[in-house]
Amino acid sequence: MNNWRKLSDLKIGESAVIEEFSDDFLSLKFLEMGCLPGESITLERIAPMGDPIIVNVSGYLMTMRKSEAKTILVSYLGSA
Amino acid sequence: MSSKPVKIALAGNPNSGKTTLFNSLTGLNQKIGNFPGVTVDKKTGKCILPNGREAILTDLPGTYSLYPKSIDESVTHKVLCNPADSDFPDIIVVVADGSNLKRNLLLATQIIDLKIPCILVLNMMDLVLKQKKQINIECLSQKLGIKVISMNARESKGILDLKTAVQEPLEKPAFSIYDIQLSSPDFSSDINALFKNSTNSAYSNYQLACNFKLSEEKEHESDIKTIAEIIHKHSFNEKQHQNDETLIRYKFISDLLFNCSSSEHLVEQNNFTSKADKILTHKIGGFLIFVGIMFLIFQTIFNLSVYPMQFIEWSFIQLSISVSSLMPPGILNSLIVDGVIAGLSGIMIFIPQIAFLFAFIGIMEDTGYMARVSFIMDRLMRKFGLNGKSVIPLLSGTACAIPAIMATRTIGNWKERMITIMVVPLISCSARIPVYTLLISLVIPSSKLLGIFNLQGIALLILYLIGFAGAIAAAFVFKLILKSKERSIFIMEMPVYRAPRWSSIGLTIFEKTKTFVFEAGKVIIAISIILWGLSSYGPSDDFAKIEQKYKKNPNATEVEEKMASDKLEASYAGRFGKAIEPAIKPLGFDWKIGIALITSFAAREVFVGTMATIYSVGDPDNTSSIRKKMSADTNTITGKKTYSRATGISLMVFFAFALQCMSTLAVTLRETKHWKWPLYQFLFMGAMAYVASFIVFNLFK
Repeated sequence: MNNWRKLSDLKIGESAVIEEFSDDFLSLKFLEMGCLPGESITLERIAPMGDPIIVNVSGYLMTMRKSEAKTILVSYLGSA
Repeated sequence: MSSKPVKIALAGNPNSGKTTLFNSLTGLNQKIGNFPGVTVDKKTGKCILPNGREAILTDLPGTYSLYPKSIDESVTHKVLCNPADSDFPDIIVVVADGSNLKRNLLLATQIIDLKIPCILVLNMMDLVLKQKKQINIECLSQKLGIKVISMNARESKGILDLKTAVQEPLEKPAFSIYDIQLSSPDFSSDINALFKNSTNSAYSNYQLACNFKLSEEKEHESDIKTIAEIIHKHSFNEKQHQNDETLIRYKFISDLLFNCSSSEHLVEQNNFTSKADKILTHKIGGFLIFVGIMFLIFQTIFNLSVYPMQFIEWSFIQLSISVSSLMPPGILNSLIVDGVIAGLSGIMIFIPQIAFLFAFIGIMEDTGYMARVSFIMDRLMRKFGLNGKSVIPLLSGTACAIPAIMATRTIGNWKERMITIMVVPLISCSARIPVYTLLISLVIPSSKLLGIFNLQGIALLILYLIGFAGAIAAAFVFKLILKSKERSIFIMEMPVYRAPRWSSIGLTIFEKTKTFVFEAGKVIIAISIILWGLSSYGPSDDFAKIEQKYKKNPNATEVEEKMASDKLEASYAGRFGKAIEPAIKPLGFDWKIGIALITSFAAREVFVGTMATIYSVGDPDNTSSIRKKMSADTNTITGKKTYSRATGISLMVFFAFALQCMSTLAVTLRETKHWKWPLYQFLFMGAMAYVASFIVFNLFK
């Protein structure tokens, strides 16, 4: 519907703004850990075997699997 | 002043420095127990306040919010939300990482709304200063309605401030930040009506209802039913409500930080962490470094712990010599020396290795490296039904399965946790080392391969590798068998790298080792007394006959040793050994090994001591003489050597796989809370051992 992307589609160094969560089960966990709509999020690293990933959000680093990152919809900002 | 100690609970996010604060408040005055009904470590400690009053502190498991998502977190919920709980605090100290306030304040605002007197501690203020951020403590305190204290890990000023603050009379928080009576009035008033006797706030009543629902306890059965009806009546959507609540709280926090702190958005990247991550989580380098570190750790553990282990061994020999000479000979003497002291020595001997391993794991966790290990290993572990977090228990398993199984509690997913518990005992633990050492020296020549590698060393390495391979294979099978609808999540914080805090690590080593000694110790001593009974008694006239036989020359040591050996054969243990001989014959074992298999059930290393008794070696610590007698032993029927290479290798493989450890079964039962899990564990590992030994024996025969 809009040109939102999934967090899992970002490349290393790219940033985006969190828009919405597509999974009810995970959204609360994400919110509690500081992934809020409107917050900018940067992909920092990808694990050696391609999964999971490390992102920088609200000033700290967190890790999640790609399958989990898929449920965070973001609007693309560009690369830092 | 008042004599009744004040109960204080420490709550906070993971990595907020909560445990460090707990350690510096209580020092060595702490103990690890259990929260009633669940198997979560409960750390409590005492501290004396400046006015002389005593405070009892509880270190609650770290959590990001009151709504629990793992067993650990549900403990925090239960203690804080149920006033009837025995650990319900007089005061809650909320510890928040000052350098990451926004996320840390979420839990703080939830706790404030519970309306229990509380104090907010802003930790890691040194980091905040480094980031050139400013936080107005006075402003925070006013807007949150509670006392706020800033704390710097490097200074003790904050500690004194905190101690002074908790001894003064504290009011309940002044106002609510989120009010469920406003957002869901009808639902909330029905819940309030349910707890009509309580004077609590609507929010704490709601959390109490949540707690009843989560606990599923029998005593609250009717309440749980009523709560379900209320939820249904108002079609109250819990998930939606929790989401909305969280967002409202964050809105409050944003405004708060806008007013009370500077440059929240200009957080400087931690350069060191990002540089270190480039190396430590590198595609190839990351794995290589991990393997290298593991190799170094094992080398250090095994090389360094030899000396304290020898000392402990020597001390226990001295102790048993002096006890047996001080007491009159007889049953009591034998019970104390061969039962109790032998059992005690069997536990104490592992303290050095376990302490070293906990030290390394502690350093890896404290520096933040362990989170990276989970990160790089998750993909691989997932293939086998495990989780990145399973790496820690599997590594701890090389010291001892007991603390390793206890370390699985951080794995939130039920299936992944169960699989980890089930396969951990397959990892070769330190108790197998004495058995391996004896058998390797018996059947593997000490010659060199390619002129560099010692064959015996390679054999030991192979035994470790088949343990790991066995664990991975078993995990894969369990992944296919176990059914679970629960989703596996791997969302966690990556702490920044920092220097280890040695005093905190020291305390952890001390506490964990103590827990191991007491947990495993109880079982091992009990079993070793039972085994002592089984091997010291037999059907009555058999023993009398043996004594008669050797009566003529009672003083010579050699005769005494032979008599002991004959007695063991005639004892109940000996009879068991003979009874199971047909079953273990296909593996190349005779009844003597059968006895040792039974006795080594107390703990694997008992195998060596049993062999010493069977082959009537007076001094059980003289390994070379046990080896000589064992290698000279021949089968009375076939005339062949008992310990052929095939039998020796088969026995080693058996020990690598079989669950020869009562304490492990006990801890599995405690952690899984159902007897079927230790039973499965025992049976599948036994089957693996039997099949593998059978194959190996026939290959080498």
